Amino acid sequence: MRRALTLGLVAAFLAASAAGSAFAAQNLLNQKAPEFTLKDLNGQSLRLGSFRGKVVLLNFWATWCAPCQVEMPVFAAWQRQYGPRGFQVVGISMDDDPAPARHLVERLKLNYPVAMGDERLGARYGGVLGLPLTFLIDRNGVIRARFQGETDVKVIEFRVRTLLAQPRPQEQSQAR
Amino acid sequence: MSSSFIVRRVVTIAALALFCLVQQRARAAGQWAVPPPASALTIPAAQLIQPEEMNRVLQTRGAEKPLILQVGSRMMFEQAHIPGAEYAGQGSQSEGIQQLRGRVAALPHKTFIVLYCGCCPWNRCPNVGPAFQLLQGMGFTRVKVLYLADNFGDDWVNKGYAVESGR
Repeated sequence: MRRALTLGLVAAFLAASAAGSAFAAQNLLNQKAPEFTLKDLNGQSLRLGSFRGKVVLLNFWATWCAPCQVEMPVFAAWQRQYGPRGFQVVGISMDDDPAPARHLVERLKLNYPVAMGDERLGARYGGVLGLPLTFLIDRNGVIRARFQGETDVKVIEFRVRTLLAQPRPQEQSQAR
Repeated sequence: MSSSFIVRRVVTIAALALFCLVQQRARAAGQWAVPPPASALTIPAAQLIQPEEMNRVLQTRGAEKPLILQVGSRMMFEQAHIPGAEYAGQGSQSEGIQQLRGRVAALPHKTFIVLYCGCCPWNRCPNVGPAFQLLQGMGFTRVKVLYLADNFGDDWVNKGYAVESGR
């Protein structure tokens, strides 16, 4: 009995140590996008769930990330081009300080909401441990693609167009 | 001597004086300015340490353990970092360089130091280059930079090497 208890305690200790030492890198593909509500840089509430029914491009970036600054004007152009078809870009700055982020948003004239992220949000998205990091979320709020690092924007655009071509939730339910 | 000649002379002398003043000010400012971000590509290959080797150093009992300094984003550090690593400020920013300078100022120049960032693909990282240059300029002789080809997530965490989170 005592031996079983000791073994149990040792196993529990090892499990706890492993959990503490390893960062839980998750694969979020085909899972519901973790919900969040933040204040954007204009002080407006930014709730991911409020874009349900739209295809969302969720982009984690930072001012010191050069490839991010290549992508962001392209995302702004897509917001103009595909916005009327139900497309929404959401930017999350992973800068430590909002001042440079706000400055860059103004300089690039971004036309989509941007909020400051934090380590908790990063952890919920499987760890934002390299930038840029972009998720594509379908109209039902499910993550369908993840792009990390420098990515050919044409590849991302192709996935955006594919998701936009899929029926909207109410069209799906009517078809059933 | 015509008055227009005198005016032209005065204007020329004033312009020269102004030019000299601007030059002097710019030189004085440059003396204390942070050098422009150096690309990670400026770091000699001999000064790089690969993730596998770094992991081996950390795991080998009795091996000399380096002082590990993360010189990227604090937010990324708090999500995950190499156990025992310290946050030393962002290498691409003047405050970060000051923080790093302050951290190592009192250390012997033979201290084994490993710098790392992993914010972005290696050739785009703005942080490790300036941090490495600073330490080299200060006279540190045993500085290595952890080569993370894509980012810390892919090249360290996802390879199963040990990490911890928090400050």
